[in-house]
Amino acid sequence: MTDMAVLTKKDFESNQDVRWCPGCGDYAVLAQIQKLMPTLGIPRENFAFISGIGCSSRFPYYMETYGMHSIHGRAPAIASGLKLARPELSVWVVTGDGDALAIGGNHFIHAMRRNIDLKIILLNNRIYGLTKGQYSPTSEMGKKTKTTPLGNIDRPFSPVALALGAGATFVARTVDSDQAHMAQVLKRAAEHKGTAFVEIYQNCIVFNDGAYDAITDKSVRDDARLLLEHGKPLVFGKARDKGIRLRGLEPEVVTLGEGGAGEGDLVMHDEAADHSGLAFFLSQFDAPKFPVPLGVFRAVRQPTYEEMNIQLHADAEARKGRGTLAGLFGSGDTWTIA
Amino acid sequence: MSAAATAPAGTKRGAPRPVEELDSVTIRFVGDSGDGMQLTGNEFSRAIAKAGHDFATHPDYPSEIRAPTGTLFGVSGYQIQFASRAVFTSGDAPDVLVAMNPAALKTNLSDVKHGGTIIANSGAFTDANLAKAGYKGNPLDDGSLGDYRLYKIDISELTAHALKASGLSKKEVGRCKNYYALGLMLSLYSRPLEKEEEDIRKKFAKKPEVAEANVLALRAGYAYADATEMFITSYRVRTADIAPGTYRSLTGNHAAALGFVAASELAGVPLFLGSYPITPATDILHELSALKHFNVATFQAEDEIAGICSAIGAAYGGALGMTTTSGPGMALKTEALGLAVMLEIPLVIVNVQRGGPSTGLPTKIEQSDLLQAVYGRNGECPIPVIAANSPADCFDCAIEAFRLAVKYMTPVIFLSDGGIGNAAEPWRIPDPASLPKLKVKFRTDPEGFQAYARDANLARAWVRPGTPGMEHRVGGLEKDFLTGNISHDPMNHQRMVEVRAAKVEGIAKDLPPLKVEGPASGDLLVVGWGSTYGSIVQAREKAAAEGHTVAHVHLRHLNPLPPDLGDILRRYKRVLVPEMNLGQLSRILREHFLREVDTLSKVQGKPFKVSEIHDRIVELCKKGSK
Repeated sequence: MTDMAVLTKKDFESNQDVRWCPGCGDYAVLAQIQKLMPTLGIPRENFAFISGIGCSSRFPYYMETYGMHSIHGRAPAIASGLKLARPELSVWVVTGDGDALAIGGNHFIHAMRRNIDLKIILLNNRIYGLTKGQYSPTSEMGKKTKTTPLGNIDRPFSPVALALGAGATFVARTVDSDQAHMAQVLKRAAEHKGTAFVEIYQNCIVFNDGAYDAITDKSVRDDARLLLEHGKPLVFGKARDKGIRLRGLEPEVVTLGEGGAGEGDLVMHDEAADHSGLAFFLSQFDAPKFPVPLGVFRAVRQPTYEEMNIQLHADAEARKGRGTLAGLFGSGDTWTIA
Repeated sequence: MSAAATAPAGTKRGAPRPVEELDSVTIRFVGDSGDGMQLTGNEFSRAIAKAGHDFATHPDYPSEIRAPTGTLFGVSGYQIQFASRAVFTSGDAPDVLVAMNPAALKTNLSDVKHGGTIIANSGAFTDANLAKAGYKGNPLDDGSLGDYRLYKIDISELTAHALKASGLSKKEVGRCKNYYALGLMLSLYSRPLEKEEEDIRKKFAKKPEVAEANVLALRAGYAYADATEMFITSYRVRTADIAPGTYRSLTGNHAAALGFVAASELAGVPLFLGSYPITPATDILHELSALKHFNVATFQAEDEIAGICSAIGAAYGGALGMTTTSGPGMALKTEALGLAVMLEIPLVIVNVQRGGPSTGLPTKIEQSDLLQAVYGRNGECPIPVIAANSPADCFDCAIEAFRLAVKYMTPVIFLSDGGIGNAAEPWRIPDPASLPKLKVKFRTDPEGFQAYARDANLARAWVRPGTPGMEHRVGGLEKDFLTGNISHDPMNHQRMVEVRAAKVEGIAKDLPPLKVEGPASGDLLVVGWGSTYGSIVQAREKAAAEGHTVAHVHLRHLNPLPPDLGDILRRYKRVLVPEMNLGQLSRILREHFLREVDTLSKVQGKPFKVSEIHDRIVELCKKGSK
């Protein structure tokens, strides 16, 4: 399978029946990733998909690549070991809001912190689907689920903010129903060198249907979402007449042309900024007060863990020469008995 | 001290002291955990080793890095036995106790051999320190130590005096007193100074002023012992009859690290250690982290689970994946162990056991994780288990663990313990060409490939991602017998559970015959595993010399058990299992062989004394021969 030119989406579809519920947002993500794979110039055998537990974690079974459906929450740790042992592989983690943020929260933040070259795709449906409808770490306050019959009092957090807080070098968000946007974001993630984190808003048709209607429904979505574009002012709205302006450190939504607000007053998006302040500021935006940002929050090139690891080994070998067992055994204090 | 010959007493100042010949000596250095007793003990054992003695050590330290000074719980000790013959244990009772303060004396005195020697740092026996140790009077002066040969030496003051011109602060000077004590002991045991001075300068190369101060302290201690009339004799232990070869001193953790590198080199496959620091296993991570000029990668993971999971990822990628831990960490890794069993990939898990349960006794010795290793997982989840019996044996066990892991495509648990891991003994450096071969073959032929097809050993093929034409998926869900695809078929699950069990059981046929020490049949068989080895060897030898028909077999392989064990057990009237738990191997033996065994249990955070095992052997032999 080294002849890249002939590969198509079909070459990345495994012979296993896809077993997500009809209408599940996961199908769209699977299709986009299968479509993306042949465009990356990487031999098919060099892809490995690692997942944990949950609906989204069935993902590797449907990819005609190397793959592992592992244990709950641990995919980033397994993927890290794989990538360190085999830096030439393209290693992808597919996870969900429970898998990545609840049981696997620790591995998630440390993957971000280390900047190992993993692609981590989080399918966030704000609910536990595989266990049939309990709230997750991203479920809204007040939400009624099987374990919160009187409403959720467990405050949710933002995966994007968490990733940025942990020092991620690539952070993006997209949504399952917008194929073009998803394709573009996934491609950017694939091309990023270092840990690339993509949150995909994904609709669970059975247990949390409509969770993202506000930003996916064509009639209202343009006023509810903010498409991030590098080097462009933060403009949104059906008529592209709204923008984000700063008053001190407080963001506010302004209508262009009203009260003297012009494009020049708006915040410019800079995904490549050295520090993640702007990206973090955007990660706090939420409906209904602010539009929900979609796109690349942050993309900076920093040395990856495995690059530095390879360098450490090269330096050690240059300094000491390739180790030999005889040399290793006989090092330190020895004595000879005749 | 068992004296072989006594030279005439009576010396003049400065004249060489008479030398007393000894068969073996056990010395214990004890002080505050910040006093450098581990260092002193280590340095002393190196000097002893270079003189051609066999030796064994037992470090015994608190879990606090530097507990409040002078307290009973802050006492740190290091015991060494060296002898003119093979040494298997660090010694039952010290002949010599070097006590740096009252707390050290108080907590260790009862262990000292009756009539033994006590060298006490009298300068530390202040009113405040005596009170902290709970002494009403000063034991150095009140005659309560009348049964011992007591030497009162103000090591604190003498060190300070020697370093008056060094320009070091009082605190820094205080840190040099362990070298003063070392100097004393080197002189007393007729060891030369020069090599030690060289070592100090090497050790403190980056702080030459500290190096010089330590050398001065060392010389001062040495000269003091040489010149004073306090010590009427010096001692000499004849060198042991040791197999010719080049040796070095190794702790079990260090030996294991070397064994793992050897496994990697022998297999021609990179080693990957994913680990989270935990006492007493961390030294393996330390050692391997410094070997980047080999094909060795180390990854300090965010937790124990990530330690094993990263190793699973690396093993999936075609590396020799391993993780190191101790009891509580082992508990955390349990779910991932199950995954490795399902994936059928090679993996080595080292558990350097410590006192449990929970946090337990982090720095103390125990063997209570055997049942956890053999059984402690959800589902029918068989994993081979091996255990090292001494520091040097960790080297061989490391290679054996990977031999089994790659041959049978299975995780393997390697049990060591805090006693083995931190204790040192001489290791005869092997010729790398003499080491066992490790055959690793990655499948690259896509023709007819099925992910879970098995060879004669029931092992599936190891396929590295990146191999064209063999893309496939694995995971923790039950898999089809052949393809490895998810299967919930009832009969398939039965078949898979059975084949995983049969694969591990099948390792039994790959084990060498057991070595029985002593008569081939008789009144008593002592069955041991792990670090009890030395004590059992010596206890059995003593009992045999007294005329008892007692044999000893020591198990390296604990799951599966060696196939000839059942037959051996039947040849003796009674079976005794000394173990540092409440009888875990005993349970396994009863279950497998339906025979009664006696357990000698000890869970005090301390190794067995030879006498404890000997007494039980004699007791059971008397019963058995009736």
